[in-house]
Amino acid sequence: MATSIELTQAARDPMIPVPYVVERFLRETNDTFSLELEPFDPTYELAFRPGQFNMLYVFGVGEVPISISGDATDTKRLVHTTREVGVVTRAMRNLKAGHTIGARGPFGTSWPMEEAKGHDVVLVAGGIGLAPLRPALYWILRNRDEYGKVVLLYGTRSPEDILYSKELAKWRSQFDLEVHITVDRATTEWRGNVGVVTKLVGRAPFDPTDTVAMVCGPEIMMRFAVEELTKRGVAEANIYVSMERNMKCGVGLCGHCQLRGEFVCKDGPVYRYDLIEPLFVEREL
Amino acid sequence: MTDLYPIIRSQEFFKEFSEEDVHEVAGCATNIVLHPGQYVFREGEPANHFYLVRHGKVSLELLLPGRGVVVVETIEEGEPLGWSWLIPPYRWHFAARCDTLLRAIALDGECLRNKCEANPKLGYHLMLRMAQMMESRLQASILRMLDVYGDKH
Amino acid sequence: MTRTLRIGDQVVLDRERLAGLFEAIRKLGYVVHGPILSDGAIVLGPIESDRDLPIGWRDRQDAGTYRLERREDDAVFGYAVGPHSWKRLLFPPKRSLWRAEREGARFHLLPIVEDTPKLALFGVRPCEMAAIRVQDRVLANGQYQDSNYASRRRQAFVVVADCHEPGGGCFCASLGTGPTEQGEGWDLAMTEILQGRHRFLVRAGSSKGLDVLRALPWTETSPADLQAAERQRQRALRRMGRRMNPEGAKELLYQAASDNHWDEIAQRCLMCGNCTMACPTCFCVTVVDRTSLDGSQTERERVWDSCFSLEFSYIHGGSVRFSPYARYRHWMTHKLASWQDQFGTMGCVGCGRCIVWCPVGIDITEELETFRSRVGGNREAVR
Repeated sequence: MATSIELTQAARDPMIPVPYVVERFLRETNDTFSLELEPFDPTYELAFRPGQFNMLYVFGVGEVPISISGDATDTKRLVHTTREVGVVTRAMRNLKAGHTIGARGPFGTSWPMEEAKGHDVVLVAGGIGLAPLRPALYWILRNRDEYGKVVLLYGTRSPEDILYSKELAKWRSQFDLEVHITVDRATTEWRGNVGVVTKLVGRAPFDPTDTVAMVCGPEIMMRFAVEELTKRGVAEANIYVSMERNMKCGVGLCGHCQLRGEFVCKDGPVYRYDLIEPLFVEREL
Repeated sequence: MTDLYPIIRSQEFFKEFSEEDVHEVAGCATNIVLHPGQYVFREGEPANHFYLVRHGKVSLELLLPGRGVVVVETIEEGEPLGWSWLIPPYRWHFAARCDTLLRAIALDGECLRNKCEANPKLGYHLMLRMAQMMESRLQASILRMLDVYGDKH
Repeated sequence: MTRTLRIGDQVVLDRERLAGLFEAIRKLGYVVHGPILSDGAIVLGPIESDRDLPIGWRDRQDAGTYRLERREDDAVFGYAVGPHSWKRLLFPPKRSLWRAEREGARFHLLPIVEDTPKLALFGVRPCEMAAIRVQDRVLANGQYQDSNYASRRRQAFVVVADCHEPGGGCFCASLGTGPTEQGEGWDLAMTEILQGRHRFLVRAGSSKGLDVLRALPWTETSPADLQAAERQRQRALRRMGRRMNPEGAKELLYQAASDNHWDEIAQRCLMCGNCTMACPTCFCVTVVDRTSLDGSQTERERVWDSCFSLEFSYIHGGSVRFSPYARYRHWMTHKLASWQDQFGTMGCVGCGRCIVWCPVGIDITEELETFRSRVGGNREAVR
C-alpha cells in the first residue's frame, strides 16, 4: 500500500508517475477518445500551459507522451485526447471511470499566448492536431479582449473524423471567432468544405502582417501550412509549430526525442518556425 | 462589356496582369448569378467557360455509380473554377453545383483562346496563371492522397 | 614528511606502498573498482588490493582489433582503455525506477529508493575523467537531474592515472583530454614511473584526496622524477595512434547533412550499436516495464539504449530515422556537433573505443576528415 508520504515523494521525481483516477471516458470519433482525470491526492494542484504534454502510464502496459487538451484554468481536472495507434493507447481505450492511470508532467514548451497578445491569431489544425491547440483556444476565449481576429482552420480526413464537433458548432456560432473546417474526403451528407486544410489559409480573414500562427498536425501538413502562411505574408518568426518525436523520459535525459541539437521534450514540442526551419526540411533527422 | 473591367481588375487571379491584358480579358467576360442547387456546369457538357467566384460556394462533384454523388472539392470566393475550357476536347469532367447564391465572372473560353492565339504575351501570362492554379490543386490532391491523418499524429 | 601537504602538491609514492593506498581508501568506507583481467580483456570490476590489477599486461588496439600481451615490465597501468567505461558504475546499464501494485481497478506506485554505493574509481584515465565531466553536464547539471547519477557521482572517490601506454585507437592528445591532462573532478591523480625505481607521482585534487594522501608514506619529488615523467609523456604523445581535428566540426557536419558519403559509411556499418555501448559519454536510455505473470505487480527499469536501433526513433507509424545512414549520421553528428549546442562541449573525448570495438573498424576521425575534404568542394554528388 502506498502511503501519502510515498505519493508526495513520487510527485517530486519527474520519472515517477502521479496516480490519477479516470473520472470520465469520452468517445470522440471512431478512433479517438478523451480521458478526464483527477489526481488521487485532492490537494494536488494541476498547472500546465497550452501546448504542453504529459507522459501517461497504463499499469503493466507502458507509457506514451500525450498533449493536454483541456482548459489550463481547470486546476482539478486533466483532459487528454488521443488516437488509438499503439499498444498503450489501445489499452487506454479500455479504461473506465474509477480506473487508475499514471501521469508525469507537464513537460515541454507552450503556445505563444503572451506573444500573440494584441495580434490576430490563426490556429491551423490537422487531424488529432486539434487536441494540443484546444487549450490555446480556451485561453484566447477566456481573454478574448487581448487578441485581435481569431481564426481556427481545421482539416480532417472525413466528416466522421471531426473532433469536438459539439464544441466546434458552438464556436462557429460565436461572432468573435472564425471557424473553418474542411475534409479531405466528403460523405454524401457533408455540406461543408472539401479540400486540404492548407487551402483555407489563403482565404481566411486575418491581417498577415499582424498575425501569430499556431500550427499542429502531421509534419507534412505543417510544412504545407507554413508555406501557405508565408505566401500570405505571415513572417516565419510569427509561426509556431508543434513537433513530434519518440519520448521516454520527458525531461531531456533519455536522448530519444533528439532533433539534431534539440530535445523535443524540453526544448519543444512547440517551436518558433524560423528557429527550426533547417531541421524541418532535412530528411530523417 | 467594358464595365466589367473594375471587377476583373480586383480579382486575385488577374492581380499581376497589365491594364491592357485585363481590358482584353474583360472583352470575354459576362457576369452571372446562380441560385443554390443550380448547376454551373455538368460533367460531359461542352466546357465553354472559365469562372471566377466573386461570392458564394461551389461544389465540384462526381456521380459514382452505386455510391452516389461525391464532392471532390469546394471552391469559394476569390478562387478560379474550371480548366476544361483550355484543353481539348473542351468538356467538363466534373459537375459544379452551387451550395449558396453564386455571383461569378464567366469568361468565354473560345474568346479567351482566340485572344491568346492573337496575343502570345497575354497567352503566356494566362497560361502561367492557369499552371499555378493547376500546381496548387495537384499539391493539394497529393496531400489528400497521402491520407496524412490516417497513420500518424 | 616534514611539511603539511596541500592540494596540488606532487609527492612520490613507492610501488611497494600502493597496497597502503587501497587500505586508506577502503578505510574511508569506499568500495574500490578498477581495471581487472577478465575474458581476455581489461575490464572494470571490484578490486581488493593492488594484486588484482592487470600488472605486467598491455593491450594492442586498432580499428576493430583488441588483444592483450604480456609486458616486459611490471607496470601497473601499462595499458590504455578497455571495453568498459566508468559509466557502468556511475550510470549503471540497468536500474529500477519504481514498482507498482495493482489493487482491483487501482494501482499504487512505490518509488525504489536506492542507497547509492560509495564507490572509489581507481585508475581512471584522463580521457575517462573528461568523459565523466561530460556526463556530469548531461546528467547532473541541467534543468533536470538524474538523481541517482548525481548521488553516485557526489559520493565517488576518483583516482586518476596518467596514461603512458596509449593505444592505436587513441586520440586524446588532439582533443586536449590526455594523456596527462587530468582536468578537474578527481580526488587523487597518479603518474606511474617505470624508469629506475618503480614509483608514482601523486597529488591530491580535493580535501578527501588530501586526507588519504597525508596518511601515506610519501616522499618529496626530485627534479629527476619530474624529468622522467616528462620523458614518459613525450613518449606517450608519440605513440598516440590517431588524431582528430575538432576545428569547425559542428559547422562541417551540419553542412554535410545531405552528403552521399553517409550512405557509403552506412554500407559498412552493421548498426550493432557497439560504439554507443562502449562510448564513455553516450547516455541514451529507454524504459522497460516488467509485469508479473498474474498482472498484479510491475516494475519499471531504465536501461541503456542505442540510437542505432529502429525502435529508438519510433513514433506511431514508423521510425523517424529508418535509413541506416540517418542513424550513423545521428550518432556521429551528436558526438561531434549537436552535443556542442546542447552542452557546450564535444561528446567525444578521444578514447578510441568506438573505433576499436567497431566490428568493421569504422573510424570516426577518418570519417570526419572525409567530410572535411568533401565539404571543401570536392563533393561529386549531393543527395
